[in-house]
Amino acid sequence: MTGDTIINSSDTVLLRANGLTKIFGTLKACDDVDLVIARGEIHALLGENGAGKSTLVKMLFGALQPTSGSIAWKGEAVTIPSPSVGRTLGIGMVFQHFSLFDALTAAENIALSIDEATPIGMIAEKARQIGKAYGLPVDPDALVGDLSVGERQRIEIIRCLLQNPDLIILDEPTSVLTPQEAELLFVTLERLRSEGKSILYISHRLEEVRQLCDRATVLRHGKVVGECNPREQTANSLARMMVGGDIHRVEREPLAADAAAAKAALIEVKGLSQRPTGPFSVALHDIGFTVHAGEILGIAGVAGNGQSELFEAVSGERLQERPDIIRIRDNDAGRQGISARRKLGAAFVPEERLGHGAVPDMSLSDNLLLSRHATDRKVFTSGGVLKLISASSLTSAARRIISRMDVRKSAENPDASALSGGNLQKFLIGRELDRNPSVLVVNQPTWGVDAGAAAHIRQALVDLARGGSAVIVISQDLDELFEISDRIAAMVHGRLSDSVPIEEMNMERVGMMMGGADHSAPEAA
Amino acid sequence: MMRIEIIRRPQHSALFSALSPFIALLLTLLAGAVLFAILGKNPVAALYSYFVEPLTEIWSIHELLIKAAPLILIAVGLSVCFLSNNWNIGAEGQFIAGGVAGSILPVVFPDFQGWYVLPVMLVLGMAGGMAYAAIPALLKTRFNTNEILTSLMLVYVAQLFLDWLVRGPWRNPQGYNFPETIQFNSSAILPEIWTASGRAHWGFVLALLAALLVWFMLSRMLSGYEIKVLGRSARAGRFAGFSAGRLTFFAFLISGALAGLAGISEVSGAVGQLRPSISPGYGFTAIIVAFLGRLNPLGIIAAGLVLALTYLGGEAAQISLGISEKSARIFQGMVLFFILASDTLIYYRIRIVSRSVETAAKGA
Amino acid sequence: MMFEAILLTVATAATPLLIAALGELVVERSGVLNLGVEGMMIMGAVCGFAAAQMTGSAWIGLIAAICAGAAFSLLFGFLSLTLATNQYATGLALTLLGLGASAMIGESFVGMPGVRMQSISIPGLTEIPFIGKFLFGQDPIFYISIALTAAVAWFLFRTKAGLTLRAIGDNHTSAHALGVPVLRYRYLAVLFGGACAGLAGAQLSLVYVPQWVENMTSGRGWIALALVVFASWRPWRVLAGAYLFGAVTIGQLHAQALGIGIPSQFMSSLPYLATIIVLVLISRNKRLTLMNTPASLGKAFVPDR
Repeated sequence: MTGDTIINSSDTVLLRANGLTKIFGTLKACDDVDLVIARGEIHALLGENGAGKSTLVKMLFGALQPTSGSIAWKGEAVTIPSPSVGRTLGIGMVFQHFSLFDALTAAENIALSIDEATPIGMIAEKARQIGKAYGLPVDPDALVGDLSVGERQRIEIIRCLLQNPDLIILDEPTSVLTPQEAELLFVTLERLRSEGKSILYISHRLEEVRQLCDRATVLRHGKVVGECNPREQTANSLARMMVGGDIHRVEREPLAADAAAAKAALIEVKGLSQRPTGPFSVALHDIGFTVHAGEILGIAGVAGNGQSELFEAVSGERLQERPDIIRIRDNDAGRQGISARRKLGAAFVPEERLGHGAVPDMSLSDNLLLSRHATDRKVFTSGGVLKLISASSLTSAARRIISRMDVRKSAENPDASALSGGNLQKFLIGRELDRNPSVLVVNQPTWGVDAGAAAHIRQALVDLARGGSAVIVISQDLDELFEISDRIAAMVHGRLSDSVPIEEMNMERVGMMMGGADHSAPEAA
Repeated sequence: MMRIEIIRRPQHSALFSALSPFIALLLTLLAGAVLFAILGKNPVAALYSYFVEPLTEIWSIHELLIKAAPLILIAVGLSVCFLSNNWNIGAEGQFIAGGVAGSILPVVFPDFQGWYVLPVMLVLGMAGGMAYAAIPALLKTRFNTNEILTSLMLVYVAQLFLDWLVRGPWRNPQGYNFPETIQFNSSAILPEIWTASGRAHWGFVLALLAALLVWFMLSRMLSGYEIKVLGRSARAGRFAGFSAGRLTFFAFLISGALAGLAGISEVSGAVGQLRPSISPGYGFTAIIVAFLGRLNPLGIIAAGLVLALTYLGGEAAQISLGISEKSARIFQGMVLFFILASDTLIYYRIRIVSRSVETAAKGA
Repeated sequence: MMFEAILLTVATAATPLLIAALGELVVERSGVLNLGVEGMMIMGAVCGFAAAQMTGSAWIGLIAAICAGAAFSLLFGFLSLTLATNQYATGLALTLLGLGASAMIGESFVGMPGVRMQSISIPGLTEIPFIGKFLFGQDPIFYISIALTAAVAWFLFRTKAGLTLRAIGDNHTSAHALGVPVLRYRYLAVLFGGACAGLAGAQLSLVYVPQWVENMTSGRGWIALALVVFASWRPWRVLAGAYLFGAVTIGQLHAQALGIGIPSQFMSSLPYLATIIVLVLISRNKRLTLMNTPASLGKAFVPDR
């Protein structure tokens, strides 16, 4: 406890959690956590992936029940058995992975979390009013599945505000926004604070925490490891508190100015267009880019602007209309499937780890075969046309990858689903690096990955490129892209902007590109 | 008040993978005992005549093999379907299609006699089953049509078609208007394995062979891996470069061929002619066999014998205790329920929460 | 009066499909796929027949059928919801068990005369030519089926609970995050589906052919499942589809009676072939089908605890 006398007075304390503990099986997700939120403050909750932030707020909101510990709300001890009780008390939650329903309209989505039955027309009207008042314009009759991520977030926030909460919990709200959209969100949040509402703000973006928040509580491995005024800290000191030590910076030699262009183009995409492949998926429009040996192209963009569709098109999970739309190492690959593209030297790591990059209930060695059965046929199978799987060579290759990428696991050859996000991602990236591919396309390489593993993965990507491969990194994490890319382009509404060399790039400019308003690249509009 | 909650295990349990069929069988026996007690029969005597009596005589073991053969053949094919997430529940129809196609030679061309007749019949039977199974596969891959419903609808169509054949064009002209074809000539009859002791025919050997081959494919070959990957996660399968559409055809064709083979073996080995009904629901019971065998062909051999026993047990219990032989179908249904429930233990831990404790915890 | 007679028989053939499909529609809207409709329906048919036969009251038979269908659906609910078993396999198990159990329960009732549920009669209205008997002279289950269609449509699209149910079917994880008791809603939906299937079965053994015949549902439960897909999960379209199938069924029966030279077995297979054709036509557009299908259909839900 900081011993701050002001926040101990019951008039100013809105919520006080004492000794909250949550145990899942053998894992202590939260361990004796104390948290005090004052009225009218924006309180940051910091911690890296897996530190227990989500578990903690779920307990505050009623979505999870603490194993032990207590919560006092406005000075009175309460139990919050369900989110609807939480809402009645005045606790609202804006989820990171929105709890919205694609097949329903915005108004219907809002109606779902209003406990009394209100006619849908009235809800739509109220939503419009609140939207106007707080600068959050929405169309109540639109199907949520058709909306952009930013619009969805607005619906989440309006849904929360309609219940007139005293405490609003926001989980990583800016991870789905452009820098400019984030600024607008901050205006809304500051306005809410000025109305006396409290905000619990979860983020790992330290600069915005310093800009916005009055106090911060830092979690590590489920425990509170510090409380501070973020304005008195630097981003570095906050990061050290979160990680519990120094963070490994990626070592990256700058690319020689004329080297990239002179070297061979390993992957060329031009005129890539594609109709939507599912009910709520995005069409691609005339996408083109080239990546040369030795460089990393970063593709920025808010989620849902066609990144997954681009990944599927480049990987060959979906074929193109003409062979020359995608060329890999001077071969027309547009009509070739993913195995053939792998044989041309390309490798792919998708965003979704479980259920796309790996089969959850298959062992690591079995999962190794997933992307390697065609390229390493001689190594992993025998018996000619029978294609008998060689279990021993799979096991030894899996062991090699595990040690090279420092994958931590609990059993000799566990199921993919038994690994933490970071360790599984290290394995999946290692699975491709093990082939030493000429082209690597990776979507959201460090999404949901702890800082140590993220640093390891980023370094591996840089090393691969500097070793002479072409690397494409699709990421929502701008800090990551600035750390490893040689050039950055942005995706918006299924279009890709021209790429800009990293030396000429800054946050504001990439934000404009992500918003689709970069006038320096008129072709992209 | 009690409530059951399940919690996902991080790693699937190898122990319960091995145990679950036995747990399911034990639970089925217990439930069966309760059922017999309710019907006013002595549970021990009833279970004895159900599950032990048929095994005490050699001829009866032969009958067991006759019933197990089609169950194993069909279930082995179904395991490929279910593992690859293709829900073929029309094996009964493919069984009939195989029986009909295989009978073309002995019924339409009874003059053909010789060593070649039987192989041709078996091949035609497999082809018939395959062709019939290709319909739902084609509709699924080409028109995105739900294979459960189409394959099942085709069962009714096949049954009606067979009914028409044996009452119409294929009816035995010397058969006193009975709805059946002529008796097959001796070269069209699948021979008995060991004539001296009972009726069991070579269909059972074919079933064992099929089980071994499919087991080898599933456990050792890349195509087996492909089946398992696409079945567990279609998206990961596409990432691996496997084609779901091609596999759908492969799975349906294999299971259609095996169901067709089962059909012609049954007609040629056990019946000797076509009749309006040539299967006591083998195509559906085989679904249970496939799950009880945990979709593993070697397990399916054992499961096929167990389910075949319920058919014989039903007959035995009717004779010795006056319990309806239809009770066998209840046993079969219960086995499937209990195996599915026991399989939960492989991926989840089960916790029983009593309300009072829960409220106390919340109040604390 | 040929027209009126045909209309009436079409309604009688359509009603069990309609009721069973409405029940399954609610189940599927909640994200659960219960392939056990056939099994629940036949349990309703046999229990309804037995209860009516023993008490002499068709109404008691009807209530018994509803209870039997609902109770039977609880088996499915316990496995697929509480134990998170594979819904496809569990539904199949329910159908297989239902067909077996009904055969055993019904063994002693085979060949017995049944109790027919009487049609209503309103003096003055029932005698109206052409439509009088259709509108005012049918059995009570017909009126229940129409009222049920309206009620399901109203519930799904006009009530908060219906909205919540649809939301669960769309995304059970989000619904859980909002604090919606996902499993409770699904249990209620499954129970409703079971009760409807039981009622549909009772219609068969109390109205359609008032006697007990083994396997008398002969695939109607499966056709009801197909109807839900055909109707894109919308209640009034289910009604339209059920009457279309009723018309096919009756049409082929009349054609058989007229003796038009096509073997009766081929005519009898028409409803099944029609089901396949209709499914092909409706599912051809993959994107549209995906759009209409409840997104969490058939997926097991296990909450974090």
